[in-house]
Amino acid sequence: MDITPIWLTLKLASITTLLLLVIGLPVAWWLSKGRSVFKIIIEAIITMPLVLPPSVLGFYLLLAFSPQHGVGKWLLQTFNVQFVFSFQGLVLASVIYSMPFMIGPIKSALQQLPLSLSQASYSLGKTKWQTFVKVLVPNIKPSLLTAVVLTFAHTLGEFGVVLMIGGNIPNVTRVASIAVYDSVEQMDYASANVYSLILFAITFVMVIAVFIFNKYQLKSPLE
Amino acid sequence: MIGIDIEKKLKTYKGEQVLKIARQFDAGSITKIYGPSGAGKTTFLKIIAGFIKPEKGIITVDNITWLDTGSKTFLQPQKRMTGFVFQDYALFPNMNVQEQLEYATRDAAWMKRLLHIGKLENLVTHTPQYLSGGQQQRLAILRALATKPKLLLMDEPFSALDPKNENRFN
Repeated sequence: MDITPIWLTLKLASITTLLLLVIGLPVAWWLSKGRSVFKIIIEAIITMPLVLPPSVLGFYLLLAFSPQHGVGKWLLQTFNVQFVFSFQGLVLASVIYSMPFMIGPIKSALQQLPLSLSQASYSLGKTKWQTFVKVLVPNIKPSLLTAVVLTFAHTLGEFGVVLMIGGNIPNVTRVASIAVYDSVEQMDYASANVYSLILFAITFVMVIAVFIFNKYQLKSPLE
Repeated sequence: MIGIDIEKKLKTYKGEQVLKIARQFDAGSITKIYGPSGAGKTTFLKIIAGFIKPEKGIITVDNITWLDTGSKTFLQPQKRMTGFVFQDYALFPNMNVQEQLEYATRDAAWMKRLLHIGKLENLVTHTPQYLSGGQQQRLAILRALATKPKLLLMDEPFSALDPKNENRFN
C-alpha cells in the first residue's frame, strides 16, 4: 500500500495550519475590535466556506486560477506559478477553506477578554502590538489550541475542494481522503480501510488531547 | 495643574444623559468622587486616561494638552501614562505578581519597595487566580504605582481591602 497520501495530507495540514496561524491571529484581532459594515462583510466572506459546498468553492478556485485566463494566466506568465493541479494549489485552497476554523475561535476568545486588560496595558505605556503579544495572546491559549487543532483536523478531511483544484495526481495532489475514495472506486477496500483508520486515529488523538489540555486550562480556581 | 472641561453622552436605563464636568485640580492634590451608580464616575476616569473619547472637551495637564476636541488633539493613553486602578483590577491572568510589576517597570528597587508596601513579598510567584480579593486589589494598586505616574486614577480602589490595609494605602 502506498503511504505517500498520508504524508502528503500531514504536510498539507501542517503548512496550512502554520500559514493560517500567521494570517489568522492578526485578522481575528482586527475583527474582534469594533463592528463596522466593512468588517461584517469581510467576516461573512471568511465564514462562507463553513456553509458553502466544498465543490462550489473548489469550482470557483479552479476557474480563478486556471492558467488559461485571468489571475491564473497572469501568475503563470509573471511568476511561473501554477495553482491548478499542484501542491501549492492545494495549500491555497486549504487556507481559504479552513480559514473560519482558525479565525472563529480566536476572534471569539479575544472578544471575551475584558477590555480593561488592554486598557491596563496601555496605561503602563505599552503599544497595541506589545499588548497583543504579551497580554492578549497568552490569555487565549485554550482557544488558540482549539483553533489550531480544528484547522489541522479539518484540512486532513478535505475532499471536495482538494479534488476540484488538485485532482488526483499521485505524489502531488493525491491526499489521504482522495486515496480513500480512489481505493473504494477500485474495490480495494483494504487500502481504503487503512487510510481511513489512520485519519480517524490522528484526528481522534488530537481532539482528545485538546479536551484534556483545555480541561486543565479552564479549571476554575474555586474547584 | 489639571484642567478638565468635558461633555460626554451616557446611555443609561433612563435614556441618554450628558456627563458635564468643568473643574481644575491642583497638582499633588487628592480628589474623591462620589455619586450614584451609573452617574459616570468610571467614564470620567477613563476619559482622563484616554480610554474613552468625549464628544466635546479639553483636558490639560501641566500645560500639556491631552485632549482638545476643537483642534482634534488626542494624546494616546500610552503617552498619558496615568496610573489606573480598575474596578475589576484588570490583572493579567498569565502573569504572576512579580511579572505584573516587571511589565510596568524595570526599576528593581522600586519594585521591591512596592512589594513591601503591599505586603506581597511572599507571593511573587502567585498568579492572580491564587490571590485573595484583597491581595488582587493591592497588586492592582502597586502595578498602577509602578510607573511612578503623575496622575493616579483609582476606580473603587479600596472596596476589597480590610480596614488595616486601607489605612496603609490611604
